[in-house]
Amino acid sequence: MAMTESIAKGFHFPFSVRFEQRLSTPAWLPALTSVGSLVVAFMIGAVVIWAAGGDAIASYEHIVKAAFGDIGVFNDTLVKATPLILIGLACTLAFRMKLWNIGAEGQFYMGAWGASAIVLAPILPPTTPGILMIPIMMLAGFACGALWGLIPGFLKARFNVNEIITTLMMNYIATSWVLFWVFGVWSEAGFQMSPVFPKSAWLPRLTDYAKQFPELGGLTLHAGILFGLIATVVVWFFISRSRWGYEIRLIGDSKQAAFYAGVNIVRNTVLVMMVSGGLAGLAGMAEISGVVHRLQGSISNNYGFTGIIIAWLAKLNPFAVVLVAILFGGLINAGREIQPSGVPRMLQGIILFCVIASDVLLRYRVRIARNQVNHD
Amino acid sequence: MQDTPNAVEMRGIVKRFPGVLANDHTDFDLRLGEVHALLGENGAGKSTLMNVLAGMYKPDEGQIIVKGAQVRFSSPRDAIAAGLGMIHQHFMLVPTQTVTENIILGLSEPHFYLPMAELDKRVMALQEQYGLKVDPRAKIWQLSVGEQQRVEILKMLYRGARVLIMDEPTAVLTPQEVDELFVTLRSMTASGHSIVFISHKLDEVLAIANRVTVLRHGKVTASGLSTIGVTKAQLALLMVGREVVFSVDKKPAVPGEVALSIDDICAENDRGLPALRNFSLQVRQGEIIGMVGVAGNGQSELAQVITGLRGCSCGRVLIAGEDIANMKPYAAIKRHVAHVPEDRHGVGSSPGLSLADNLIMKNYRESPVSKGWVLNRSVVRKQANQLKTEYDIIAPSIDVQARLLSGGNLQKAILAREMSAGPKLIIAVQPTRGLDVGAIEAVHKVLLQEREKGTAILLISEELEEIMALADRIVGIYEGKNMGELPAQTATLTQIGLMMAGTPQGSAQTKEQ
Amino acid sequence: MIDWIVILQAGVASGTVLLFASLGEILAERSGVMNLGIEGMMLIGAMTAYKIAVVTGNVWLGMVLAMVAAGVLSLLHALVTINFRADQVVSGLAINFVGIGLSTVLGEGLSKSGAVNLLPTFSLPLLSQIPVLGPILFTNHNPMTYLGYLLTPAAWFYINRTRPGLHLRAVGEHPAAADALGINVYGLRYRYVFIGGLMAGLAGATISLAVSPGWFSDLTTSGQGWIAVGLVIFAQWNPWRAAAGSYMFGALRRLILDLQGPQTLLFFANPFYYMPKLGFFLQMLPYALVILILFIGSREAMKKRLGTPAALGVPYVRGERGL
Repeated sequence: MAMTESIAKGFHFPFSVRFEQRLSTPAWLPALTSVGSLVVAFMIGAVVIWAAGGDAIASYEHIVKAAFGDIGVFNDTLVKATPLILIGLACTLAFRMKLWNIGAEGQFYMGAWGASAIVLAPILPPTTPGILMIPIMMLAGFACGALWGLIPGFLKARFNVNEIITTLMMNYIATSWVLFWVFGVWSEAGFQMSPVFPKSAWLPRLTDYAKQFPELGGLTLHAGILFGLIATVVVWFFISRSRWGYEIRLIGDSKQAAFYAGVNIVRNTVLVMMVSGGLAGLAGMAEISGVVHRLQGSISNNYGFTGIIIAWLAKLNPFAVVLVAILFGGLINAGREIQPSGVPRMLQGIILFCVIASDVLLRYRVRIARNQVNHD
Repeated sequence: MQDTPNAVEMRGIVKRFPGVLANDHTDFDLRLGEVHALLGENGAGKSTLMNVLAGMYKPDEGQIIVKGAQVRFSSPRDAIAAGLGMIHQHFMLVPTQTVTENIILGLSEPHFYLPMAELDKRVMALQEQYGLKVDPRAKIWQLSVGEQQRVEILKMLYRGARVLIMDEPTAVLTPQEVDELFVTLRSMTASGHSIVFISHKLDEVLAIANRVTVLRHGKVTASGLSTIGVTKAQLALLMVGREVVFSVDKKPAVPGEVALSIDDICAENDRGLPALRNFSLQVRQGEIIGMVGVAGNGQSELAQVITGLRGCSCGRVLIAGEDIANMKPYAAIKRHVAHVPEDRHGVGSSPGLSLADNLIMKNYRESPVSKGWVLNRSVVRKQANQLKTEYDIIAPSIDVQARLLSGGNLQKAILAREMSAGPKLIIAVQPTRGLDVGAIEAVHKVLLQEREKGTAILLISEELEEIMALADRIVGIYEGKNMGELPAQTATLTQIGLMMAGTPQGSAQTKEQ
Repeated sequence: MIDWIVILQAGVASGTVLLFASLGEILAERSGVMNLGIEGMMLIGAMTAYKIAVVTGNVWLGMVLAMVAAGVLSLLHALVTINFRADQVVSGLAINFVGIGLSTVLGEGLSKSGAVNLLPTFSLPLLSQIPVLGPILFTNHNPMTYLGYLLTPAAWFYINRTRPGLHLRAVGEHPAAADALGINVYGLRYRYVFIGGLMAGLAGATISLAVSPGWFSDLTTSGQGWIAVGLVIFAQWNPWRAAAGSYMFGALRRLILDLQGPQTLLFFANPFYYMPKLGFFLQMLPYALVILILFIGSREAMKKRLGTPAALGVPYVRGERGL
């Protein structure tokens, strides 16, 4: 108010920032803003690390080396990227419909639990060959994740219950659920972990072929990354080339218009939440079958939440999700040794911030205008 | 030196929006105690000019002089302080707040605690003074449109506004309410207020205004013309820049079988209040039924019930003999019911999707647009380009987002989509609202073509001229009830006004047997 | 035996945390800005308060700086959503990530620091003598709990009976109408987002300096910020309902702890005593309950067709239009 009065009395700021709506967005701009916001985010991160008493340049140097320095660490980066790709796709699909599924973390846990149940319950005997065991575990993981998406999806579609809160609450419930089984039922000798799965429940890894190809020795990259890459193509095809994807885009853009066009919004909401949850569940299955080989309490490096940032940074483009997931895989991989330990997580937050702040550049042209001053 | 000093002068106002020059060195002056009409087509820059005067927009160039002194408004608050109050076309009232709360909104007194009983009394006193009656404790959403307009006027008078800017104030009123409004306006000018009356309706301008300024494409084509001795045709020429045909060429109707039969429908509005009460209506092939009614009397809900967007608690909606009441919207789409909805930005189009994607909203399920699960992109693009040419949709490409199309082009796109599906029944709600003359003529042409093809058309419009020109039969709706029907050739404006105000006319449609 | 008085007394104290957070969010959302970053802002507040208390020994300075720190974070949200017109959901999530990450970075090693001054507790004379209510509401509470009793009616009065409250509601329901009358829409939205941040910081500080003292990284809040967001929806933006919900959840938290203690429960063997691993199901309870109350709240809102501020989540741009 005070400002308005001073303006009325004749004081003028020499410049003002104006947003003008863009009539068209150049094709290169989204990628540029994504890269630009990454750069800015790392610069802000450097300031914070420095303020907290760390050495930012050393930290970043370390991140690059520890993430992409040689084939061995790059292997680790890809292993970390595997669940991130699947979860990034899960978020992409839901966000395309403006369904805020932030329950990927819980869906991931439930997928891991479902796949473990096949081995540990046991639903299939340990002697089951991998060719049968693995697909059943995949199905179980997908189904449990889908169930965890179905509940909030149904509540949203049928009763308009806010899915942001419900999916988040489902995360906490899923973690407690897995802990109950890890501690109470499948605990190995009282430890906070289940027994190791039989080999038939392990996803094939590159190192398994070290006999034929010695150079693959020690590379732990597992078949889960193939799930991720196949899912990328499938999700892309569904979103941009199928009837169902058209309905999703329509609902995401304008629910009223979709309803007017005769789209079944309730069914699509439930379906998308299920598939989204299923993809996150599949990520959970891939993580325990490909990396951990047992069920335990801490199997997620905050994957579920990182996936949200990945989807957003990738501008909800499935192929970009793969690239961004690899980048973030490197960040997580390198971040394990960085001090202080919260740095990777904080960086993720700052990155997301810069990305959404830069989105304004896609929709508006920013003009700095000289304020006209009338001398009269 | 003038005899009567000007209340307001605007000199060389320029206002640009991205891609649009809304006002191009526009001048305007308002004398004390006059009603000055600002006439122009939709999009001519009338509202923009007045929003500049009311402090909503800052002009890019130009001066504003109020009572001889140059002013610069940085917000509406400054304009109000200078005695200028604007009443917007879409009322600026907070629906969940009371009349009094809306009237005192934005003031600085009382500073903190609000003694509502006392404030209500003050509002009542103001109402007495100007004869504008409305319950101060009522919530805005409970009021009729006419009452809401009174609240807007009271709001400005409460602030001591001497200049009232009214943006299309008659658009939502019945002819009788318009007369009442004119009485109020005259009594206000008599007590020294000055009024800017923004309109695109020639009759009203001639009836109420002392002088008229005409805008075309942001430029003044007639400045402060006295309305004495001016004809409608002259004004129309100034407004549009070419001769305007006031009647539409129309062959006599050849009504065929009943395409739509609405039987005793009851439905609720979004607030859960009854919107349609045992409403019945029949539309035959090859005829246009024009439906008149004040906004909010159930016509929007009626269109939604027919097209499946809204459920109904009783009654039937028969499309070619089949009851589709309470079915999903797709049931109507499948039966070739085209719907040109009232809200073309939010409902009729998907603002963030491309023009091409918008054009397949109704037929994306069908071959050849999709084969099984897969959309055929080349067919989608080919169809879009075809419709773009055929319906003269002006857009940089078919990939442009729908939200960036102008109102007229968006409406053409919606018509293109709906008509290309080969409709048997068209529900058109306010199809020309906010469009310029060229676009309006295009919409009318399309509707008449469909009528000749034998399509049944229900036209719901607040533009009475449009209804009189296009319709074969005119049906009135009031508080969700059918007020009877009149043959369009013989219907008079008075009869239509009576129907809109709730007095049944002509052969009130009684239920058969 | 389960001592209900103790549970309710502790419930009121820990419910105060939810109350502060949800009252702040009610004000922000009433102005049209949803801030899902409560959890992150609470963490920043909890960390700052504890760190300042450890370093300076002054809890009051800790409280104030906690509010400022969370408030600054909320201003980021305001900048991005109000000026840059970003999606409020995503920006809120970003606030969370920043809040969680930043508090972990800056709170490094804090959990190992020793005992610290905490907020004092005291009983109110006379009021604490009232049977049943006295011991629950007015005995041995920290000042924040008493502040909570005052803030609830104050917030309701402010929103519904004062001019600033009238303007707050107008900005959240119909910003264009407010703008047309000279109300500074952006300014008010900034103000209430900031107040929401201050309140979240206060909530966080109340945890780390009173309710469950200490710094345990993101376990300090364990999702209470999210529960507060859920409570706001359940409360239909009404401070009284928010207070009822907050105290109920506070009591539930304490009940869950106490349920595992006694050997018998209502004359039956207590399963939670004999099988401690069933405690994991007790831990799920508050989160499941949030889903349940949201479900109930949504049904109610559907029936009454009211509640949500009409402009919630919608950026306001004066005079924006297409081609």
